[in-house]
Amino acid sequence: MGEPAVQIADVSKAFKIVKEAPTSLKARIMHTRRRADDFWALRDVTYDIRPGTTVGLIGPNGSGKTTLLKIISGILRPTRGTVTTRGRIAALLELGAGFHQELTGRENVYLNASILGLTRKETDKVFDEIVAFAGLEEFIDTKVKFYSSGMFVRLGFSVAVHVDPDVLLIDEVLAVGDEGFQKKCLDRITHFQQEGRTIVFVTHVVDQVLAICTEAMMLVEGRMHVAGSAQEAVDEYRRVLLGDEVAVIESHPTGEVEIMSVQTFATDGRSPLAMAPGDDLTIQVDVRTADSIDDPVVVIRIHDQHEILEYSENTANLGVNLGRFEGKRRFRFTLHALPYTSGEYTLTALVRSRDEQTVYGIKEHQEGFAIPAATDRPAVAYIRTDVDVEDL
Amino acid sequence: MATTARTDRTTVRTSESPRLRPLARARDVWAYREILTNLVRKDLKVKYTQSILGVAWSMLNPILYLAIFSFVFTFVLKSDIPAFPVYLLSGIIAWTMFSGSLTLAVKSVVDNTSLVKKVYFPKEILPLSSVGTSFVDFILQTIVLLIVMIAFAYPFLGLNVLLFPLALVALITFTVAISLFVAALNVRYRDTQHLLANALLVWFWFTPLVYPAGFLQKTLSDVGGINLFPVYMVLNPLADIVFGFQRAFYAEVQPPGAPNPILIDMSIGGLALLQVGVIVGSLLLLWFTWRVFFNRSADFAEEL
Repeated sequence: MGEPAVQIADVSKAFKIVKEAPTSLKARIMHTRRRADDFWALRDVTYDIRPGTTVGLIGPNGSGKTTLLKIISGILRPTRGTVTTRGRIAALLELGAGFHQELTGRENVYLNASILGLTRKETDKVFDEIVAFAGLEEFIDTKVKFYSSGMFVRLGFSVAVHVDPDVLLIDEVLAVGDEGFQKKCLDRITHFQQEGRTIVFVTHVVDQVLAICTEAMMLVEGRMHVAGSAQEAVDEYRRVLLGDEVAVIESHPTGEVEIMSVQTFATDGRSPLAMAPGDDLTIQVDVRTADSIDDPVVVIRIHDQHEILEYSENTANLGVNLGRFEGKRRFRFTLHALPYTSGEYTLTALVRSRDEQTVYGIKEHQEGFAIPAATDRPAVAYIRTDVDVEDL
Repeated sequence: MATTARTDRTTVRTSESPRLRPLARARDVWAYREILTNLVRKDLKVKYTQSILGVAWSMLNPILYLAIFSFVFTFVLKSDIPAFPVYLLSGIIAWTMFSGSLTLAVKSVVDNTSLVKKVYFPKEILPLSSVGTSFVDFILQTIVLLIVMIAFAYPFLGLNVLLFPLALVALITFTVAISLFVAALNVRYRDTQHLLANALLVWFWFTPLVYPAGFLQKTLSDVGGINLFPVYMVLNPLADIVFGFQRAFYAEVQPPGAPNPILIDMSIGGLALLQVGVIVGSLLLLWFTWRVFFNRSADFAEEL
């Protein structure tokens, strides 16, 4: 429908890497101009962003993602090619652009909003919302130099999301604030999408691309490596950059197996959310399959609250051969002496082929167990320890 | 949320450096005027918060000039300018507006690096906000001048005052033209700001601010039989503007009791024409410096 909101046609961008540029008039007069090498940050990138889509922009560091955003927003101009944009564009390359330490929160909101393109009247209208969103009602008339970095960033983001653009460009600014605030931000983006706005979104977090974006493109060394659906681009990203073929396969389960539930039990019947270090834990996985599957392997994994993989085990490792598999089955894994002093952990269960090339079914990040923090154990690991004392 | 008129606009960006179309560009700058007013507000606020005297600092500056120069010229050098404070202030308010703007403008782009690199807006806003900040000071200092005139029971001499708006337009146009140029130049060549500071010092003494303009005219009118004063007026447009300000407030070319003319000997009509000349010249200059600024500004984000 309609014309693209952003039309990127054969865009290339070269930066001059000047060895010794004259940076003073004196040097300019005394010496002739030094040679400059070109560094191509972008090469022949072509892409149409249709109105109402959310496009993820992924790629390794230095692949030209931010440069492309800057060209779309008009901060940089292309060395070759053309960018055509329709409608008002707001670029969130930096939170709190132009914030000044000596001004109060209120004054900075007006300054920042005007820099992002809002008029004073428009800012008046959304001012209360901005303050409420940032949760800074009490401090809005305090100078921002007295703000914590978290408050600063919250206020910056809050202004940014209340600007009313047709095209919103976001550069990794979502990776700020605590979890509660991040969720608010993601909600706000969803709201933007529902209003039919166009979003271009640079990120390293592929899960965010899958969660938010309708399509995605991946840049490698300034070239368009792949563009397509969010899933396609993320698969390629995982394959090429993370070398993680497994993650790609896991994101495309065949669905032949349904994992009905993943549950945890403490051995003595306590709630799994109130475990203690050194306790035993049972993980129970219920699985159902319609057609028969030959020799599958059941895998369980534990992730900590930062989604770091802490533990992975499977039936093949444990010497269990499942053979031909059909109907419903229940697997009980008993984990002895939990080695953690505290934390919240999630569980993932999946059923795959022995050669790891096919994943039949997967259930990720289910509520697992928790070990409430105890003040007398500040470290991470729990190791069952005995102590002997003798006189010398 | 409200949508604005800018919604349907199509912007095309290509590799070619865009040609400056002054009217279209002026509309762009106007669309972003909110940043301008906010930056000026910020500058003033930052300048005056946490200072006990606050806004009074702006007025203190000309009063200090006044005290020092009055002392030196009246008592040490035995200058024969009647109502010296009025003479001094009438020229110096134009000078401080000019030099203040340039001193702020030369660093305006460089000091806002993070803004330039992270946000799109017409960069002209930055040096313009420097001129805006200095203009607020100018208004305060003009008030000081008026207070001094009242304190000295100095008569406002009718028609001369009409030169003020004309000279003010000339001052602003000329200041903006030079401000854009030094701001753009300083992005690549950082010693522009040091050069400017020295140039302003020389410029100050080359302009009849503390000594009688009439004396300058008389001296230059006969340099070995050649009248160099017209050359001077062409080379130093700021002096032409200052002549306008001086006539508007100080008014009398040769007040009773002065052995020599204090102001330049020219009719009000002639001075008005001179101001119009400066305005036209400044607009031509602006057309040139704006183009320089505009072409360079496309690459500011890369060079900072």
